[in-house]
Amino acid sequence: MTCPVLECLLCEESQDEEHVAPEDPQSFLGQWEDPEEDQTHPSVASFQSEPTRKKISFAQLVKEGRRFNIDLVSKLMFSRGSLVELLIKSNVSRYAEFKNVTRILTYHHGNVEQVPCSRADVFASRQLSVVEKRKLMRFLTSCMEETEEQQAYYSRPYLEFLHDQHLGDNLQHFLLHSIAMASPDTPTGEGLASTRHFLRCLGRYGNTPFLFPVYGLGEIPQCFCRMSAVFGGVYCLRHSVQCLIVDKDTNRCKAVVDSRGQRINCSHFVMEDGYLVGDRKKMDTSLRFLSRAVLITDASVLPGESDQQVSMVTVPSTDGSPTVRMVELCSSTMTCIPGTCEFYLITHLLEPLPPPCVDRSLHTVATSKPRLLCLLCPVFQAELIFKKMLPEEEFCPPAPNPEDIIYDGEPPSSTGGEEEQEGPADQEEQHDEPEPGEPTELQVQESLS
Amino acid sequence: QHGRVKVKTTAQQEEEKRKEREKKLKIYVAARDACFAKRKEEIFDDEALQLTQQLLSSNPDFATLWNYRREILLHLETVKDENEVQKIYEAELSFLESCLKVNPKSYGSWHHRGWVSARLPRPDWARELGLCDRCLSLDDRNFHCWDYRRMVVKVSGVSVEQELGFTDRLICSNFSNYSSWHYRSTLLPLLHPECPEQASPHLCEEQLLKEYELVQNAVFTDPNDQSAWFYYRWLLGRGMWAVVCHEQMLGGAEVHPICDLPPGTIHDTTNEHNLTVHWTEKHNHRECALYTGTVWHAGNKLSKHSFLQEHEMVLLLCRSELSVEKTSVLQSELLSINQLQELEPLNKWCLLTIILLMRALDPLGYEKETLAHFQTLKEVDPKRSAYYSDLCSKFMIENTILKMEYAEVRVFSISDQNLTTLCHLDQLLLVTHINLSSNRLQRLPPQFAMLQCLEVFEADNNSIKSLEGVYCLPKLEEISLKNNKISTLADLQPLASCPKLTHLDLRGNPITQTAGVESELAKLLPSVTDLQL
Repeated sequence: MTCPVLECLLCEESQDEEHVAPEDPQSFLGQWEDPEEDQTHPSVASFQSEPTRKKISFAQLVKEGRRFNIDLVSKLMFSRGSLVELLIKSNVSRYAEFKNVTRILTYHHGNVEQVPCSRADVFASRQLSVVEKRKLMRFLTSCMEETEEQQAYYSRPYLEFLHDQHLGDNLQHFLLHSIAMASPDTPTGEGLASTRHFLRCLGRYGNTPFLFPVYGLGEIPQCFCRMSAVFGGVYCLRHSVQCLIVDKDTNRCKAVVDSRGQRINCSHFVMEDGYLVGDRKKMDTSLRFLSRAVLITDASVLPGESDQQVSMVTVPSTDGSPTVRMVELCSSTMTCIPGTCEFYLITHLLEPLPPPCVDRSLHTVATSKPRLLCLLCPVFQAELIFKKMLPEEEFCPPAPNPEDIIYDGEPPSSTGGEEEQEGPADQEEQHDEPEPGEPTELQVQESLS
Repeated sequence: QHGRVKVKTTAQQEEEKRKEREKKLKIYVAARDACFAKRKEEIFDDEALQLTQQLLSSNPDFATLWNYRREILLHLETVKDENEVQKIYEAELSFLESCLKVNPKSYGSWHHRGWVSARLPRPDWARELGLCDRCLSLDDRNFHCWDYRRMVVKVSGVSVEQELGFTDRLICSNFSNYSSWHYRSTLLPLLHPECPEQASPHLCEEQLLKEYELVQNAVFTDPNDQSAWFYYRWLLGRGMWAVVCHEQMLGGAEVHPICDLPPGTIHDTTNEHNLTVHWTEKHNHRECALYTGTVWHAGNKLSKHSFLQEHEMVLLLCRSELSVEKTSVLQSELLSINQLQELEPLNKWCLLTIILLMRALDPLGYEKETLAHFQTLKEVDPKRSAYYSDLCSKFMIENTILKMEYAEVRVFSISDQNLTTLCHLDQLLLVTHINLSSNRLQRLPPQFAMLQCLEVFEADNNSIKSLEGVYCLPKLEEISLKNNKISTLADLQPLASCPKLTHLDLRGNPITQTAGVESELAKLLPSVTDLQL
């Protein structure tokens, strides 16, 4: 009972990340912008100097619809965050592949600029003077330790702390908005904690602290589902729960009735509170609204040497307008076709704002709806619930290797019998193979350049 | 429904592994013995290839088997045609790739690959270069790979520009790599030489400026990374001229100019050059040794001196002045590094580089600052304080030589400067009076014997124990060695070969406590009339 429920639990958590099946594109799409109407006619001079870009038509997009993977929720994974650690620990990571986020960008002084976060970035950056480079590197090394000076600033704004370190305008912008991902009034204690987390995650898999799963975020729940299924979990799709049957004496749920009228007995029932309707809904969390948009474009927001970049972009707030964060994905993440980029925008407001840095001559597909969201860390929450249900069990233990599983009725198989001892196999044996059950690192794909 | 999951216990797993290991060991040993047996019989067949392949793929450092394999391949070359040989060697390259995956630092594998590439009828150098790229991306300090790459580049004629671009990419992705900087330093003078007409180790100024900019980015980003500082030091050497200068007189003969050495003859790497000088007047030739020194602002007086026959020293002067452009480059570099030093006051590389820059610009003008920086250096990096003392001594000696030359005198005096070592003695050949008192010298090295014109020598208040260099000095008359560490008669032995020695002051030395020292010395040094103990 333990593993299936656990996996179920984790799948429940992210029910909204479905793969978009493009059989019915119209139902998912907001307004289409007709490419012809939107095009601004370029002046003759610039037309001649620009290399002709092969324009992708709407019909083409629809035809290639199967090769797009659009997530309704957009996130990036910190390389030392709880989700990644969980994936490694439980060996669920072997069901998925990941790509590094290759760039962190920001919008500053009217331009899209690359934020130098690793040593190599700082070295190669053209935006910073040598003195700025030194100051930035020094700050990044020193902020990893706790000092008294930091304590003094603890509840004062992080921006003030940065300013008093004589870091200059440029560096303050990078550190506040892109590295700490804070706002000007975030307190120093919090700002420093975010900065440290960012820096600790650097370099584990690549030059930035973030990872993105190939084929999109929908892969993650699928991985957990697979693991669950291997151990006997059952998935019922396109079912919903109509009502709960609660024992009068113990006041515990003992069964559910599904949309087909079937009764299913259970000892525990776990679900996301978004599914509660009517007066059952407990308003114990404050409402926050997020606005999202998904765009498919034919160019990157900052074209560079390679067109296979995965970027995180921050458009910081200016005079009251909210901060917009974007994730830009290239075709090698398998979320869009070659020649296109997929963008996810998220901002805290009811109305979607067109981001100022998006190139105008693009095809756009936009969906936007305000969503009610409860912003808790899903992994932590899962662990809490698990502990409540099964206090003696280990939360998400590493799954064993297939070879070590003994099936009922079979004698324990010896590994020798399964592989022929021939040349190539010998070589493989020479490596230190991970012990069964020992977690291995995530598989991160090399960026194609 | 999936089967009920029962996982093997650790004990079970251990046991299975152990059985497997034993099995493999048996197979390995059998194969190895078979190989040796075959080799003994000089059998070079396919089975031998198979066996060696099997063994080498699990142990690529088994050198004997590589040798045997080469014997087999050489034999096959004689019996197969070119196409078959091509195929065999290509298979060999694939095999080697798998070996390299097992151990990318195996001497055996790399060497064999080089051997195979050289013997391949139709080599594919692009593929080899690609392999190097991949290996270096996994480990950019793998010296086997670097060497192999250099070989491939040389044989296949890859352009210097392409390789320079390669170093660009490597340095951009990780500048903390001495190998990349070093490789860059070998390529740049080929591509951007100062004088296009002739090979010279100096860089043209435009490129030099770009390199300064590049390396500055590195040292500012991480001032503790050594490789960038070493490259910086190399750059400093690129913009300067080798200067050779000293005079020598022989047996009273006058020095007069005969000829100039052709430009480019002298490279600043070694101190000594051997030349053959043909004397047109007398129709003979002599082997001569040319000693070089580095002087920065020698005056016009010392120009175009050459030498006469008897002696084996020739000397010559090349250019010495820094051009105006170079001065301004160095000055702006000094400014930048000073800026860095303000940000990082405890960084030793900064301080050292500032010292080098100051010496390049104006050694006498910056003397005070140089000494101050050396002091800071010793505090910041006390483990190497002896090195800094020696280096400081060298620079102070150089300064004193300059002052001496400007003053046009033949007295070399450097006291109370904490000298720990002597050098550039070859530049003091004409000096008649030397004063090294109140320093920290411990010995007078063999090169001291070059000071053929020396008449008076003072070195009081040092820690001198050994006088091994003070021999065969034909003009030496007076020596003062008060308060040193001379303790035995043997220490003074070399002085016996100085025929004109009359005054010797040994007060304050341990040897004065030895019984009967006066009479012993009288025997050893009969010419000495004025002996102070």
